[in-house]
Amino acid sequence: MARTNEFRDKKVIGALLARIAENKRSLPSPCRIMEVCGTHTMTVHRYGLQSMLEKAGIEMVSGPGCPVCITPGEVHEAAIRLVTENENVILATFGDMTRVPTHLGSLQNAVPAKGSAVKIVYSPEESLDLARQKRNKEIIFFGVGFETTIPSIAVMAKAAAGEELSNYSILSALWLIPPPLRAILESGEVKLSGFLYPGHVSAIIGQEPYAFVAREFGFPGVIAGFEPGDILLGIISILDQIREGRPRVANEYTRVVRPEGNPVAQALMREVLEPKDACWRGLGVIPGSGLKFKAEYSAYDAEVKHDLRITARGIDLPGCRCGEVLRGILPPSRCPLFAKKCTPESPCGPCMVSFEGACLVHYKYRGPKS
Amino acid sequence: MKKISLELGSGGKSMRDFIARTIVPAFKNPMLAELLDASHLPGRIAFTTDSYVVDPIFFPGGDIGKLAVNGTVNDLVVSGAVPQYISLGLILEEGLEWNALEKILRSLKAAASRARVEIVAGDTKVVKQGQGDKIYINTSGIGKVIAKPRPKLIRPGDKLILTGTLGEHSLAILTARGDFGLEARVQSDCAPLTFLLPFWKNGVLWMRDITRGGLATILSELTEKIPYPLLIEEDEIPLSKAVQAASELLGIDPLYLACEGRAVLVVPGEKTHDVLARIKKNPLGRKAAIIGQVEGKIGRPGELLLRTSAGGLRLLEPLSSELLPRIC
Repeated sequence: MARTNEFRDKKVIGALLARIAENKRSLPSPCRIMEVCGTHTMTVHRYGLQSMLEKAGIEMVSGPGCPVCITPGEVHEAAIRLVTENENVILATFGDMTRVPTHLGSLQNAVPAKGSAVKIVYSPEESLDLARQKRNKEIIFFGVGFETTIPSIAVMAKAAAGEELSNYSILSALWLIPPPLRAILESGEVKLSGFLYPGHVSAIIGQEPYAFVAREFGFPGVIAGFEPGDILLGIISILDQIREGRPRVANEYTRVVRPEGNPVAQALMREVLEPKDACWRGLGVIPGSGLKFKAEYSAYDAEVKHDLRITARGIDLPGCRCGEVLRGILPPSRCPLFAKKCTPESPCGPCMVSFEGACLVHYKYRGPKS
Repeated sequence: MKKISLELGSGGKSMRDFIARTIVPAFKNPMLAELLDASHLPGRIAFTTDSYVVDPIFFPGGDIGKLAVNGTVNDLVVSGAVPQYISLGLILEEGLEWNALEKILRSLKAAASRARVEIVAGDTKVVKQGQGDKIYINTSGIGKVIAKPRPKLIRPGDKLILTGTLGEHSLAILTARGDFGLEARVQSDCAPLTFLLPFWKNGVLWMRDITRGGLATILSELTEKIPYPLLIEEDEIPLSKAVQAASELLGIDPLYLACEGRAVLVVPGEKTHDVLARIKKNPLGRKAAIIGQVEGKIGRPGELLLRTSAGGLRLLEPLSSELLPRIC
């Protein structure tokens, strides 16, 4: 059955690829583009674009855009401790968070204390419902996310405060996308030609937060959507920016992203949260790269409420090289554990766990050997 | 301590490994070791068994009774046997409503008549409340062998025919459970595949019903038996609008969704159009399509390749971990 979607139609894709190959020929090689977002990584591999792009002279590099992956092991371990060392705690979180391996095992294999449990939820709202229904339990929502997810987590704290729910708190790992881009550019570890900025994050934050990339580093970038055609249009924009010598923040996802983003969501985030220096797996501490609850919401901040004192170092388990994958310096397939010791059935690191983790995506959607 | 995980029942790689490494070696029987949907016994008899634990027991387009007959019937059909007799084992939970049981019995009877099998042996057990979940059913089936699947005769250029749209059964179960707040008007495809029996006489080399693990897992298993890769075309795979939309929304790949009334057939190249035309004449095969072929040019032995709608090529792996527990 033909899918009537021009953004993934063979003919359209073929034409866009031909244009990319032609534009690339006039540029000095190589052309290496980082897809910052895990969902972009999925599109590139799910549709088999990787090898077609390689033939056109474009190398795609996966970046740090997987919140489950960049959350340091110590935060995952804090979640495990909460449910194993405290009675009557329900730790609610998204499915893939429960499978991340740490020094303490994973949430999935943890043996909860008496009356405690790990509960998989599909939305933050479900965790709040749990708190309303089970007043004799402490409900802790382990919430991770980028700007796309953060507003929905902020709303939970606001709602809990409004209802004066005393049995609810949030263990948060909230990450901002622009700061690690600066860290990657400043480190210069990976030679890149441009960034594909995440479409959903951009729908919240708009274009301005990326402006420094072009202004300070003279580096091209484009906001792109998640269909194969979106990605290819984004790449064409990056090639144009290089050829014209005019780096900027282009927007090829105008059907969803407005230049100013979503002011309502931004205001909500500002109301409940404030920036902090945060430690990323692989990238270490990046100034202003995370968000934490403001003092007036500290009653709902699990770190404060349960006195967690997390000291994150962002280092991988022995043998695991997720940190290097997240920095874009190690393609998943070059990790010695990839597809050998480390598989989706027995993952050695978070990038093989999360559905948008680079290792899992590269594994699940790998191309035939040429 | 090692414990049984849900994954072992997923129909995917974990389940196959579990069966191959733990169950089969415990008995050392060559007929069992073949791991076919039904074993061929001396005297041209095919024999199979299957247990049904679907949750919920009633779902759009069927119930656990209809499923218990069709599942076993279909295992016989794809093994090259005409289904004849079925046994019925009922495990009932204390407190199950009488009306529900009667409805399921009627449904068992109706499904058996439609598939032309007789229920000739049975057993009933009742367990305490909380020690089971409403009703579990086991059916074993005997059939008369009319053909033997011949994967060894499969050659490059042979075509893959899918008898209908993918994934309605999984989606019907999801909807009935109210998981993900999903609402869709979709009926399970649960049906007997007996209409495929005549095709064994028309040169069909191999067929499998598409249950747990979905099309991708079942074709991956075929690649283990033949020295050629298989290539399927994403654009040619029939999908209903509901399954398409739900898959996009939930990020589920329909290639891994279960059906209970669909099969995939390997047909010699020259016979494909004739077989397809005749399958399409049956109401259960109306949406049948040629979805791919046995490859001679691209790929390597053991590989299942997908040409994506965007034109790229990638490998399809068997399902690795549990998607949806208790769908059948």
